[in-house]
Amino acid sequence: MRALANAFFLAAAYLRYHSGRSLVLVLVAALILFVPFAAQILLTGAETRLTARADATPLLLGRRGSALDLTMAALYFADERPQPVPMSEVETIWESGLGAPIPLHAAFETNGFRIVGTSLDYFEFRGSTLSEGRMLAVLGEAVIGADVAEALDKSVGDTVISSPENLFDLDGVYPLEMAIVGVLAKTNTPDDAAVFVDIKTAWVISGIGHGHEDVGPVAAAGREEGREESEPSGADGAEVVAPAAIRHFQRITPETIDSFHFHGDSGSYPATAVIVAPYDKRSETILLGRYLDPDLSVQMVRPPEVMQRLVERIFRIKALLDAVTLIVGAAAFAALGLATFLSWRLRAREVQTAVKIGARPWMIATLFSAETVLVIAAAGIAATGGVLVVASHADAWVDGLLALGA
Amino acid sequence: MSVSLRGVRFSYPRGFALDALDFTLGDRERVALVGPSGSGKTTVLNLISGLLQPDAGSVRVAETELSALSDAQRRGWRAQNIGFIFQDFALLDYLTARENILYPYRIAAELRLDAAARARADALAQACCLGDKLGQRPGALSQGEQQRVAICRALVTEPKLLLADEATGNLDPANKTLILDLLFERAAAAGAALLAVTHDHELLPRFDRVVDFAAFRADAAS
Repeated sequence: MRALANAFFLAAAYLRYHSGRSLVLVLVAALILFVPFAAQILLTGAETRLTARADATPLLLGRRGSALDLTMAALYFADERPQPVPMSEVETIWESGLGAPIPLHAAFETNGFRIVGTSLDYFEFRGSTLSEGRMLAVLGEAVIGADVAEALDKSVGDTVISSPENLFDLDGVYPLEMAIVGVLAKTNTPDDAAVFVDIKTAWVISGIGHGHEDVGPVAAAGREEGREESEPSGADGAEVVAPAAIRHFQRITPETIDSFHFHGDSGSYPATAVIVAPYDKRSETILLGRYLDPDLSVQMVRPPEVMQRLVERIFRIKALLDAVTLIVGAAAFAALGLATFLSWRLRAREVQTAVKIGARPWMIATLFSAETVLVIAAAGIAATGGVLVVASHADAWVDGLLALGA
Repeated sequence: MSVSLRGVRFSYPRGFALDALDFTLGDRERVALVGPSGSGKTTVLNLISGLLQPDAGSVRVAETELSALSDAQRRGWRAQNIGFIFQDFALLDYLTARENILYPYRIAAELRLDAAARARADALAQACCLGDKLGQRPGALSQGEQQRVAICRALVTEPKLLLADEATGNLDPANKTLILDLLFERAAAAGAALLAVTHDHELLPRFDRVVDFAAFRADAAS
């Protein structure tokens, strides 16, 4: 015991004196220990986050194409932008009597957070509750997720402005200022990082609907300049022409809300996807069967199956990562072993002195073993600290790594 | 502590050999070993300390016949009875002067580091004018100070035989005299015999006896 204490004293003194070299050894060993555990935590977290949301969403309707892109856009509000489906598909689902459709429009952003246009059914479907304020009631109102409220320091009574898609596209999306009327309670889902508006508000942002000052008295002037807008909205049904200089409202207020209107066939208005909550298992099977035809422009997918395929792919990558980690770890440990061996060779004089003084071979072995033990122990502590940090931030980092809610 | 080598024969695989060597060292005697490099001076030190085993003959230190001891016993015996001083000081750069002095207690299982050992280390350091240097590492000490630390390390276990291998070889003339004075003084104070290998003929008159290994013969110099 006394010999062990002496060995650790000398080993600690040596490592402390050669602190730079010791730090490198500890860091390398810590990394070897840390990477597999951290990867496992993040992957498990990713699997949980991906599948939990998908498991809570039985069916998803969207434009035929990548089922994964559709699922990522509709469930995680990710950057994927699948082609939109027409709102007539929502009517089709309603009319089928097999399930309840919830349209989603997730194409715009405000301050880096996704603006999600939907109906009030969405909040009931997700079981969302408010921590502050009330739900959406009229056009131009927004309910923000908990992370948005925290990050932007916004609450009820503040406003958010949609980010223009292209500042130099005069015909593009106008920024719309929306009043925050509610803040959702935190759910640790992508909803926390979303700004929810009525889907009609999303259409206003996209330019399908808009509001502007009365056009009647200036119609003639606009027509003469050849830069006008035709609207079949005159009181007598006659064509009314608005000049280009007309002022468009960028905020929907009680004073301006009546001037907001939409153009075209409402059945053609776009939705990113439609969540479908079938009434029962039989309805689900029938609905899936109806959209099996590959010639249809829309598809119905089961998000749990889509995400399960993604998770399986991730875990195949994990197996590859494990193999790489094993090889790199073995190489790094070999390098550590070589560094330690060379260090001992360099300390041959010290060993010689110890032997002359009367040290026994096991004491010299204990001395060098103590150094290895201390390095590995320090590496273990550092790796454990790192793993604990990863574990405590896994949810946020998983969101970042998966770019959920971006 | 007396030393007696009788009819010692030893050879290295590469050819050097000692043949039928007879050598004695009296209790508290101070003897210098001289001779050209490769004549066997250091080999004799290693035989006396039990680091090497003779092919034939007897190596007896005090009442102990070293060839009768196992390797582990020789190591233990060496830790308790022999103090080594080296030409290159052989101090550990990562330990302070005090920790270097106490190093034998850290490395030898037979020695126990207790309050008495620590007090002895401090007293030796004071006697060697190292009192204010105990917290410094070898890199911060002059060569003379480093060799004084090495002498303290050799003496701290209270050995009865000091073996010095070119102990003054790396020192300037002023330090050579100081270190040798200190070595003689401390060896006398400890009641230890001193066997020193040296190439420095200026120092030889100060020894009780000089053994010239050029001819493997012991001659009385003084």
